[in-house]
Amino acid sequence: MTVDDTWYLILGAVLFTIGGAGLLVRRNPLVMFMCVELMLNAVNLTFVTFARTLDDVGGQVVVFFVLVVAAAEVVVGLGIIVSILRRRPGATADDVSLLRG
Amino acid sequence: MDVVVFAAAAAIILAGALGVVLSPNPVHCALMLVMTLFGVAVLFVQEEAHFLAAVQVIVYAGAIVVLFLFVIMLLGVDKADSLSTEPLGGQRPAAAAVAVAGLGLVVLLAVRAAEVTGARSVAGALRGGESNLDVLGRSIFTDYLFAFEATSALLVIAVVGAVVMARRPRDTERDR
Repeated sequence: MTVDDTWYLILGAVLFTIGGAGLLVRRNPLVMFMCVELMLNAVNLTFVTFARTLDDVGGQVVVFFVLVVAAAEVVVGLGIIVSILRRRPGATADDVSLLRG
Repeated sequence: MDVVVFAAAAAIILAGALGVVLSPNPVHCALMLVMTLFGVAVLFVQEEAHFLAAVQVIVYAGAIVVLFLFVIMLLGVDKADSLSTEPLGGQRPAAAAVAVAGLGLVVLLAVRAAEVTGARSVAGALRGGESNLDVLGRSIFTDYLFAFEATSALLVIAVVGAVVMARRPRDTERDR
């Protein structure tokens, strides 16, 4: 008995949803970032699954670029978080409301 | 065998993901994230994306999570935040509703995608007898060369930006 591709896609969907719900619920900016990583991983899983289904290396190439962009995004995002938290320790996402309309 | 590996990896992934969302301490969140990333790497091996599995472990678990832990340690934000307080009235139920609706939609799409109808092997065949690394490397350095070069520029920009943002202003530096 082999695992159908649909199961991988459903697992990716569930992982994406958990990450999205965490992003909406949590207030610590670091944990929100980790939830974004969860969502990126869910999408990577889906890309690799479709790459296998279609026998196409393009899906894996996209995952490669997603990894690079995720690394760059984490570097810049953590830089922003460091500069915010240095100014006011213990800030949550609710405290950074300077730009609200 | 496939089913056993998939079930074990899926259990690890989901437990880790729930741990990231539900554990109050950011350090525990980061460790749970490592668990999830390893589970995804196992599934990458299962799906014959060997290079991506190795990169997943090295880049994600080895670099990104370590970066998270360094920031937690540097800033000392490792105290647990209380999950019971809800600062915005009705936000949790709204988030749950959005999550359930989104899950239903994406699962519906996933089930529908069982009959996938795209053109096969457009960027190169994975099962052509060559190793995964050969196919992936040839594709990146021929078809996707411009995107590859663009990512190198992106990484340089990200490094410069991080250095600029994480630098202390001059006057506070002198105080210390």
